[in-house]
Amino acid sequence: MTNTKTKKEEDDKIASIEVNKKAKEMTGAEIIIEALIEQGVDTIFGYPGGAVLPIYDEIFKQDKIKHVLVRQEGGALHAAEGYARSTGKVGCALVTSGPGATNAVTGLTDALLDSIPVVCITGQVPTFLIGTDAFQEADTVGITRPCTKHNYLVKDPNDLASAVHEAFHIARSGRPGPVVIDIPKDIQFAKGSYTKKEKAVMHTHYQPPIDPDMEAIELAVEMMAEAKNPVFYTGGGVINTGPGGSAALRELVRETGFPITSTLMGLGAYPADDKQWLGMLGMHGTYEANWAMHDCDVMINIGARFDDRVTGRIDKFSPDSKKIHVDIDASSINKNVVVDLPIVADAERALKAMLEVWRKKGYKADQKALTKWWDKIDHWRAKNCLAYKKDKKIIKPQYALERLRYFMEKDKREVFITTEVGQHQMWAAQFLSFNKPNRWMTSGGLGTMGYGLPAAIGTQMAHPDALVVDVAGEASILMNIQEMSTAVQYHLPVKIFILNNQWMGMVRQWQELLHGERYSESYTESLPDFVKLAEAYGGKGFIANTPDELDDVIQKMLKTDCVTIVDVRVDQKENCFPMIPSGKAHNEMILSPDADKFDKSLV
Amino acid sequence: MTEPKRQKRTKSVSVYAPAPIQEEEETHILAILVNNEPGVLARVIGLFSGRGYNIESLTVAETDQDQHLSRITIVSTGTPVVINQIKAQLDRLVPVLEVSDLTIETAYVERELALVKVNCTGEKRIEALRCADIFRARAVDSTLESFVFEITGTSEKVNAFIDLMRPLGLVDVSRTGVAAISRGKNPIGA
Repeated sequence: MTNTKTKKEEDDKIASIEVNKKAKEMTGAEIIIEALIEQGVDTIFGYPGGAVLPIYDEIFKQDKIKHVLVRQEGGALHAAEGYARSTGKVGCALVTSGPGATNAVTGLTDALLDSIPVVCITGQVPTFLIGTDAFQEADTVGITRPCTKHNYLVKDPNDLASAVHEAFHIARSGRPGPVVIDIPKDIQFAKGSYTKKEKAVMHTHYQPPIDPDMEAIELAVEMMAEAKNPVFYTGGGVINTGPGGSAALRELVRETGFPITSTLMGLGAYPADDKQWLGMLGMHGTYEANWAMHDCDVMINIGARFDDRVTGRIDKFSPDSKKIHVDIDASSINKNVVVDLPIVADAERALKAMLEVWRKKGYKADQKALTKWWDKIDHWRAKNCLAYKKDKKIIKPQYALERLRYFMEKDKREVFITTEVGQHQMWAAQFLSFNKPNRWMTSGGLGTMGYGLPAAIGTQMAHPDALVVDVAGEASILMNIQEMSTAVQYHLPVKIFILNNQWMGMVRQWQELLHGERYSESYTESLPDFVKLAEAYGGKGFIANTPDELDDVIQKMLKTDCVTIVDVRVDQKENCFPMIPSGKAHNEMILSPDADKFDKSLV
Repeated sequence: MTEPKRQKRTKSVSVYAPAPIQEEEETHILAILVNNEPGVLARVIGLFSGRGYNIESLTVAETDQDQHLSRITIVSTGTPVVINQIKAQLDRLVPVLEVSDLTIETAYVERELALVKVNCTGEKRIEALRCADIFRARAVDSTLESFVFEITGTSEKVNAFIDLMRPLGLVDVSRTGVAAISRGKNPIGA
């Protein structure tokens, strides 16, 4: 009796498992969409192709995820970056195998260098064709291994959900970055079971450090309290940690009274209109920021990585300072610059811990020394390093940005700025002011020309009512101009503010200053009529040739309800100053008035 | 006419940054415990080639079948700063569980195995066997004109044996690279 009963129970159990299994059996493509929805994805940027058709079929059948059809896969990745950077969420892209994946590589590398959380799903040829040089086959995991934080080739539909969940976890945790999931077409068709987020099988050892070592924090705060000439040097890490990081930074900086500068990636974490703000540092940073870095005695680096564009000549970088370095990535520490006190931790937690210790121990900054230090800084500030020669007939690029800033400040909408790469990017960093985090999207580490327009599209998708402006150069914008069409399709009123000098301005500037004025291939002899180009795509276009036309054109631009190009014809010869020539130290920077004295004969 | 011009070129000072002065390089043995999944070795090797680090030798095999763990032993040379970078970069890889620098963290045992083929006849045969005996190498294959010796030891010992076999008719060598483990009771990561 007992035996039969047990057997019956067992049969029932097996039957119920099978029913369960059947209920949860889904195709690979269904699993992917389900997992994306569970991860909170509302927008995905992509481009269909043979190897992702089953996934596109599932996208067609649902309405929870909005798909944005870009015009080239590179655009999808930058758009996902813009979306991620402006929201703090993970950006998501979907591309096909072979050329789809290889086009995505630039965007993935960009996201890796700037620590932007992105998950990119790539289609792959069916498993039985892998390795046969099949149509549109490329070794995607091989190609993307060095340009992602992690990647997967999923060969079993039962592993798909876990891979997606882990991919999002890896992309957003620790030092964020891009993750690729490569999925063969037969796996998209095959049936498998779904795994929920909390049950996902993950790498057990992947646990990025978060909490700071309190002993190190106490030591750091003690160093800060004893400092005579301190400076905060902050980076993208403060943005990546979330709005709490910026809030904690502001409190700590105000409470200590120390000056603060930031990298290109960190702009907005500390308000630019605050009196303790020194402006951006580095190759095109302000005179006061770079001198403060050079002369400081205690440097507090939060979430920046001593990039070569920041440090200039390494052996002469801030020679007399004690350096505190807070970074969530242990490999960033002592990579370029050897520091005195490393703290591997999340920026927000480290900042809050510093603040807590500062208050608890009742530390006060050395006011006498600090006053002297500020006097010195004011003396550097008096140089007015961003000054430029105004002109009544020719539009100076700096003037154009000052006017843009003026009208944007009057605008009631939230303002988001993206840029392409080059002189205009540096001028935008210098002349526009960023008072909030996540409002500034620019390609810092990789320096990807063509980043700005797709990033603006991603940003506008996430913030439909905001004012999104892509400050561009005429050379960069042409690298992803096809995305105009995307902006029109989704009614995205992105403003493209082109500082058009007909030159690859930064290349020209280096050729002038460092290569004996040999202007090799940096002049674009033929350019499109940007007004007509905008109209051809279905947007609006304006042109400003002289300074007195500028205000009117900017105001018109801000009022349009569709994608708009403004072609600002600026001074062709203007250079971006201050500048630390490559290989020079912070105290060897050249300013606009000294530019003529720069010894070009050295080359 | 061309001479002075060329001279000026060589004397010209670059405005770009000079390459930093190199510190002295050290050799370290790194033991790396990884999840044995597709591509994991490529990740590790790609990191070395992509960032310009050296690999002197590398051995890898699955060491725990139940948990699918593999152990990679890498011998690398670099300045202390570079060695620290290598460890930090390895630790960043998702499937890497442990990175242990045996050279500085602990006392350790290192061994390498080599199979050495020597073609010889007559007097040289006897000499080869005599040397093998001194080095505690075993003959694992023999024909009337050849031997294959198996030797284990530190890389230096293996090098010495190979050097010794060269005049005796060395024709082929297969080496495993260094395998290493810490002395004492503690496993990796403890």
